[in-house]
Amino acid sequence: MSAPAIELADLHKNFGATKIIRGVSLTVPTGERHAIIGPNGAGKSTLFNLISGRFTPTSGSVRLRGEDVTGMPPYVINRRGLSRSFQVTNIFPRLSVWENIRCAVLWSLGYKYSFWRGIDGLTDVRDRAEAILHEIELSDRREVQAGVLTYAEQRALEIGVTIAGDARIILLDEPSAGMSAAEAARAVALIRKVSQGRTLIMIEHDMGVVFDLADRISVLVYGQIIASDVPARIKQHRAVQEAYLGTAA
Amino acid sequence: MSDVTTDTVQLPAAASGASAPRYADAVRYAAPWIAVAVAFAVLPMIFSSGSALTTLSLMGIMIVFALSYNMLLGETGLLSFGHAVYYGLGGFLAIHAMNTVIHDHLPLPLFLIPLVGAFSGLLFGIIFGSVSTRRAGVAFAMISLGLGELVASSSLILRGFFGGEEGVSTNRTKLLHVFGLNFGPQIQVYYLIAFWCLVCMIAMFAIRRTPFGRMCNAVRENAERAQFVGYNPQVVRFMAFALAGLFAGVAGALAAINFELVNSSMVGAEPSGLVLLAAFVGGIGNFIGPVIGAIIVTWLEVTLSDMTDIWQLYFGLLFIGVVMFAPSGIAGLLMMHVPLWRARAYRPLSRLVLTYLIALVPALATLAGLIAVIEMIYHRSVKASDGATISLFHVTLDTTSVVPWIAAIVLLIGGFLLFRRTWPVVGAAWHDAIMYAQGAGKKK
Repeated sequence: MSAPAIELADLHKNFGATKIIRGVSLTVPTGERHAIIGPNGAGKSTLFNLISGRFTPTSGSVRLRGEDVTGMPPYVINRRGLSRSFQVTNIFPRLSVWENIRCAVLWSLGYKYSFWRGIDGLTDVRDRAEAILHEIELSDRREVQAGVLTYAEQRALEIGVTIAGDARIILLDEPSAGMSAAEAARAVALIRKVSQGRTLIMIEHDMGVVFDLADRISVLVYGQIIASDVPARIKQHRAVQEAYLGTAA
Repeated sequence: MSDVTTDTVQLPAAASGASAPRYADAVRYAAPWIAVAVAFAVLPMIFSSGSALTTLSLMGIMIVFALSYNMLLGETGLLSFGHAVYYGLGGFLAIHAMNTVIHDHLPLPLFLIPLVGAFSGLLFGIIFGSVSTRRAGVAFAMISLGLGELVASSSLILRGFFGGEEGVSTNRTKLLHVFGLNFGPQIQVYYLIAFWCLVCMIAMFAIRRTPFGRMCNAVRENAERAQFVGYNPQVVRFMAFALAGLFAGVAGALAAINFELVNSSMVGAEPSGLVLLAAFVGGIGNFIGPVIGAIIVTWLEVTLSDMTDIWQLYFGLLFIGVVMFAPSGIAGLLMMHVPLWRARAYRPLSRLVLTYLIALVPALATLAGLIAVIEMIYHRSVKASDGATISLFHVTLDTTSVVPWIAAIVLLIGGFLLFRRTWPVVGAAWHDAIMYAQGAGKKK
């Protein structure tokens, strides 16, 4: 059997004296849709930052498809096949929607730092960027500056930039945050579509979205995973209800 | 800039289409460059005087230098205070190469000397860039300033290479003559500069439209996000820096050929500041901006320094004015009107231009008043011993009499008050034009 998509072993992260992540071990098999839930300040985004290379763990290890990537910079981890989105929209604000997507496509198609090939002539880049634009339904907004899109459009672009590089493992940090019910439903449909055949880990507060999408759910409370199981059993989990669901619902 | 890409990226279907659109594309890409080449060829026939030819040559050098600077500032978001290092070192290595070629009778024509400048600029760009581009923002700016000071001060110590106070001179006519060109007359030097200027412009324009060029913009916009799509922003910055050094080196070599003399001031703070000024005044957000800036700054430098001792003061005022009132530069101001032109809003556009002309009258009066006040103060405080009168705009002013002072102040203040009254008129005309253009867009 192939190595799991992601393997976290006894991961710790301290900021000064404050312990944010206190020993997280988690295995996400290839092809699973995994949701991470937990109260505010539990360390969910920090966990994503450790996996994606934004932060270096204080101790413990991160393995990506069997390879140790602990402490590697984000661009190396991205090239190994992991892509992530951000809770606070993180795009190229003064570039057009089209350029945002195109920049996110380039590395995965092998163009690297090429300064001798005209970008407009690269049909594979154009076709892939077109396909992504179509998928996130921003085709008719392509020339608009990303910074002036509506909030929901920016969230869609955020997902577009994340999936454009065709990464096998995708981390989405609160993809439906701040959306209306209708927008969230569209976001779920989009996520379901783009995570087809990939490994997905997402942080999400909307329990409807979580139970709708996830194969498995992990509950993070105060920097530790207190439960990790299929949705039906997470719902009945006593500690989870006390720590999270009970107070939320 | 982005509007050009609009047409070419429309639909994937266009890619699989016949060769006809490709041919049309090629024509559309080439047409502006052919126009520039023709302009470069024809200009010295229109402005044929010796001084005009010199000015045109300087403009060509400055265009290359300013565009290379904008690869850093405009494209990659790197504010450098020491770009003259690569310009100056390109100039020094080019002039040493010329002297070696002359001395050893090497078969290298003058025409290829700019390649020596390119290589030198690239080399020093790689060396210094490997240090300075590890960081962006303020840290990068400070390191560039430090490196600039480092090289400028070594230029006074390493006399063998930099030639001390008097610099290093050469004789460009002593190199191998090809096609009977000895590069003695300025017109031949002009065409050499024009050729390399065109080559560099095309190269720098083309680099913007490559994967690397686009990632420069991405790193400028959001270096962190660039990392999460697979790019190391340090590598992008380093490459931009090295390439900017290369083109600055070409500009330096052209300057060495043009003056047949380089000295330590060429690596100093003054050309570093001037190139920043040229790029910014022209506009760093458009490719054409630094070109406009280079032309204006060179023209002002040549003409103003003939007219007044304190021409640098006016440069400073110009810079402050642009930063405060038109931060996107002259090109940015021009580009604001492109959507109106596109929407065929010709009538409101012409009304808008008319209001500009109306506003221009009091603006010029204000400027004249300001210049008169500055020049009279300067004359009274520094040059009073030369006599009481100065000549300004072909008018003789007696600085000891009260009349010219009152006249100047009335022009300055009265002109400004009138100028302010034209703002709402211009604003209304602008509003009308935009509304008209938007209406036209909706109808389509």
